[in-house]
Order: sequence, then structure tokens, then C-alpha cells
Amino acid sequence: MSIGTPKQPANAPITEAARRDPVDPGLKRWQIRFPKALRTPLGIVGAGILVLWLIAAIFAPLLAPFDALAQNFPRLSAPNGENLLGTDTLGRDVLTRILVAARTTLPAAVFVVICSALLGSVLGAIAGYFGRAVDEIIMRIADLVFAFPTIILAMVIAAALGPGLKNAIIAILLVSWPSYARVTRSLVMTARGSEYVIAGRLLGFSAGRSLAREIAPNVISPVVVLATLDVGSAILTMAGLSFLSLGAVPPTPDWGAMISEGVSQFAAWWIAFFPGLCILTIVMAFNFIGDSLRDTLDPHTAQEVGETTS
Amino acid sequence: MTSIDQAPAAATAHSPAAGAPLLELDSVACEYKLDGGGRFRAVNGVSLQLGRSEVLGLVGESGCGKSTLAKLICGLEKPADGTVTFDGHPVRALGLKKRAKELLGIQMVFQNPYASLNPRRRIRDQLDDALALNPDGGWTVESLLDAVDLPADSAQRYSHSFSGGQRQRIAIARALAAGPKVLVGDEPIASLDAFLQTRIARMMRDLAIDSGASMIFISHDLSVVRDIADRVAVMEAGRIVEVAPTDQIWNDPQHPYTKKLLAAIPKVDGKGIIPGSD
Repeated sequence: MSIGTPKQPANAPITEAARRDPVDPGLKRWQIRFPKALRTPLGIVGAGILVLWLIAAIFAPLLAPFDALAQNFPRLSAPNGENLLGTDTLGRDVLTRILVAARTTLPAAVFVVICSALLGSVLGAIAGYFGRAVDEIIMRIADLVFAFPTIILAMVIAAALGPGLKNAIIAILLVSWPSYARVTRSLVMTARGSEYVIAGRLLGFSAGRSLAREIAPNVISPVVVLATLDVGSAILTMAGLSFLSLGAVPPTPDWGAMISEGVSQFAAWWIAFFPGLCILTIVMAFNFIGDSLRDTLDPHTAQEVGETTS
Repeated sequence: MTSIDQAPAAATAHSPAAGAPLLELDSVACEYKLDGGGRFRAVNGVSLQLGRSEVLGLVGESGCGKSTLAKLICGLEKPADGTVTFDGHPVRALGLKKRAKELLGIQMVFQNPYASLNPRRRIRDQLDDALALNPDGGWTVESLLDAVDLPADSAQRYSHSFSGGQRQRIAIARALAAGPKVLVGDEPIASLDAFLQTRIARMMRDLAIDSGASMIFISHDLSVVRDIADRVAVMEAGRIVEVAPTDQIWNDPQHPYTKKLLAAIPKVDGKGIIPGSD
């Protein structure tokens, strides 16, 4: 053990000032980081696919060649000059239905992810900050949900509530919040013991203010990353529910329901293949963006990303 | 603002306390539960008084309970026994509730400068939080930064662009902005290099005294404490073994442990001097 350090005079020259950083790179942290996150190769691909899908969804009424519900064409015709992606069992144009379905699937998936991220992280933050009984109650409920496979529990809930897009969204929301709760809880538990949070408490911060002002900025980026990665699985779960006739009610076009229909018409491969391809691309795009965000927002990997891209 | 160059030499005069002491610890004890049962008494029957505009140095080896005592004073630990009284108000342990208004006059500077600032908030926002407690203190973000010798544009930055010494000065500025009556420094210089230690310690003393606050300065470094403290309390294994004016501790230590601490201070031995110590 060392006791005592040689005495220093007070008029020591200020060398520290000379070591000061010239310009603060963190000055516009949020403004710079998000576009930068998409500057990794995978991020660019993901963002590109997503933008294409957004354009397709927004302009679907203009892009779609036919009426999504009209049964005007020969049944089960293979892709041809008129029906570019073929027709289904009822003689509806597959391309049209895919484009129109994007208008419900994409907003629904984003909506359900935002809601479950909000619900889960608020509950997780409360559990992590207050601890004890509150923590036990919230996290045991989360464990209960975790104990079932996602799609099975979502099926049970959707079946209990009855088929329909709204009920499918509620079902996915109820099964997907616990992962956010777990992540947020552990981050908040770490942050609440740190000295800057204690310093805030010493300045008279209430629990809510401490959470919102001091802790939230430090835990939000992992949650954003998780949410981005989760959009893909939300789309998959929703497609799964539709596949099981628990999602969108026919004749509303829906990717999952279209695949379900195609399964019974195996020779007409185009009915299931193209909606499946759509799900694949969109899930991939969100995963790419999520990976890219994770790499840029994580301080351990952010530097490497910065070196390779800038 | 007093510059550090004009820092007063070790003051020996015990500042006269106006009436009751500002902070009073009455046979305070604190216990930690040990894994596998049993309790460890980190602080055991400590009684201390802190007058107004007084700097009290608290020294002792690592693990002797100095930091626990600091936490007790701030209400971050619950005393197992005894009471802490600040300006006539009992210090209650800070639970999940908001800290009581009358206790906001006790502020703390932490040991680790890398953890004591929020990495995701601008320095300005963090100083503003403290300034909100003390709008009549005459401080602004700029004057605070100037007082701790940092450029005004520091306010727009995040903590990662500062060195440890700079962060510690920001932490001091934040504690000061709240207009404390008692500033507790829990080994604020322990993680700084020898070159900076005296400078930061003197800065804390000057800023605290100039703003009419008292200070409890915790350190295991007797020589720095000698430089800035009016009185020194020596702590060993959870107990205060000796409290006396700094000069008396330095020249005429009574307790054997104090003598041991003093003997452990490295001496200049003719093999050269540490830069800046002449």
C-alpha cells in the first residue's frame, strides 16, 4: 500500500490544456451517427432494399397493374406477359396482391415493433430501477411469456381473440415485449449504480427524472438496435399467423396468407414463391440495418466501422 | 475568482464555527452484510464535527471506511447506529424518493472522474441541472467552467473528449454549481497523476471557501491533505483515532497509527526530484 505522494506546488505549468482535443467529434453525435450507421456495406444494401419497398408500398395503387380483389384472369396461370408473376387459385394477379399487401404488412410490422419496444423498455426500466418486488413481478411475467415459443403463444392469443390484423398485432405485441424488458432492465441496473446517476440523485432528481434524463440516453441505442432487428421477426410472425389463417382475413391480400394458399397448389410455384421472396428481402433488409446500427452504436465496434468507412 | 497560484498555505487557524456545527456526526456506525451471513462494521462509532468555512481532511489507508463515511454524510448509506445532522436537519438515507430539499446543501465529488459524468449528455446540460438548485448563486455555466480553468466551449462537448483531470474539474464545477454548504470530496484526486493532485485539491479548497462552503476532503495522501486542510481526522479500521489541527497532526502526532502514516510518506532522497516539486 502506498501512502503519500510527493508534494507538488500549485503553480505547476498547465500541460493538460495542451493535450485537449481540437474538435469534439461527439458534438453532433446523433446527427452524424445515424447516416453513418448506414454507410457500412450491409447497411447500404439494407437501406436500399427498404427504400425500394417503401416506394413500392406508397405508390402501390399506381404501380399495381390490376385490382387486387378482381378475379378477372384464368386461374393458376404461370408468369406471362400480362400477369408478370402469374395468377392465383381465384384468378387474381399475384404482382398486384403483393404490392397491395406491402401496404398493410410494413406499417403493421413497424407499428408492432415500436409499441412492444416502448412497452418492454418502460417495464424493464421500472423493474431495473426500482428492483425488489416490482422487479420480481415484472420479470416473472416476462419469464412466463418467454417460456413459450413465440409463434405458439402468438397463435394461442390470436386464436383466442379471433382472426384479424388487429388481433394479430396485439398477439405479437404481447409476446415480443419481454426481450426489450430484459435488455433494458439489465442496462438500467448497471446505469443506476453509476456515479453520474448518483450525482443526479444528490442534486435532487426524482426517480422519473433520473430515468428519463440520466439513464435513458445511455440505454437507448441497444434498444433501437434490437427493435430494428425485431422488425424482421415481427413480419415473419405476422406472416406465420396469416399462414395459419389467424392474421389478415381473406380476401385482404397478405404475404403470409398468399404463401399458405400456394402450399396447397404446389405445382403453381409462383403463388408462394414471390410473396416468400418479398418476406425474405424485407427481413434481410431490416437485419442488415440492425447489424449496421449495432456496429456503429456500440462503442467497441464503432471505431472499426469509422476507420473502414471514413 | 482566486487563482490557484494564490492558494493560501496550509491554514492552521481553526475557523470559528458560528454556534452549532454545520455538520455533526454522532457515534455513527455503518454495517455491510457479508455473503454467507455475518456483518462487517465499516464505520464504527464515529463522532465528528464540521464547522462553517472549514476544510476537514479525512485520511486513512484503503478500506478503513473513509468512503463509507462519505456516503453516510450524503445519505447514500443508511447508518446502523448514530445520527448525522446537517444544519439542524437529520440526514436520512436516500431511498427511491427525491432527496429532501434541506439536504441538497451536501454535494459530493466522486473518486472516479470517468464514471461521474454522464457520457451521453452535454456538459452544459449537466451543469444546468446543478445550477437550477442554486439560481441565486451568481454562477453561470461559463463562469463555472472559467473557475475550474476550462474553456467556455467545453459546455457544448460530451465527457469523452476530456481527460481525467478535466472531468474531475467539471465534476467539481457541477457540485459547486448546486451551492453546497458542505462539499464532500471522496478521494477526488486518487485517480489523477501526482502532477495534478495538488492543483485539483487546492482548486477545490479555494472554490469551496470562496463560495462560503465547508469541505470534507478524503484522501489517503497526507501530504496533499496537509496542504489544504484546517483540521485532519485520522481514520483506522472504521474508527477516528485522532482529530487535530493540521499542524499539530504533522508536527506532533499523538496516535501510533498517525505516526505510522506520516512515516510512510516518501522522502526526497537525493536521487533526484519529481518534476514540478521544486
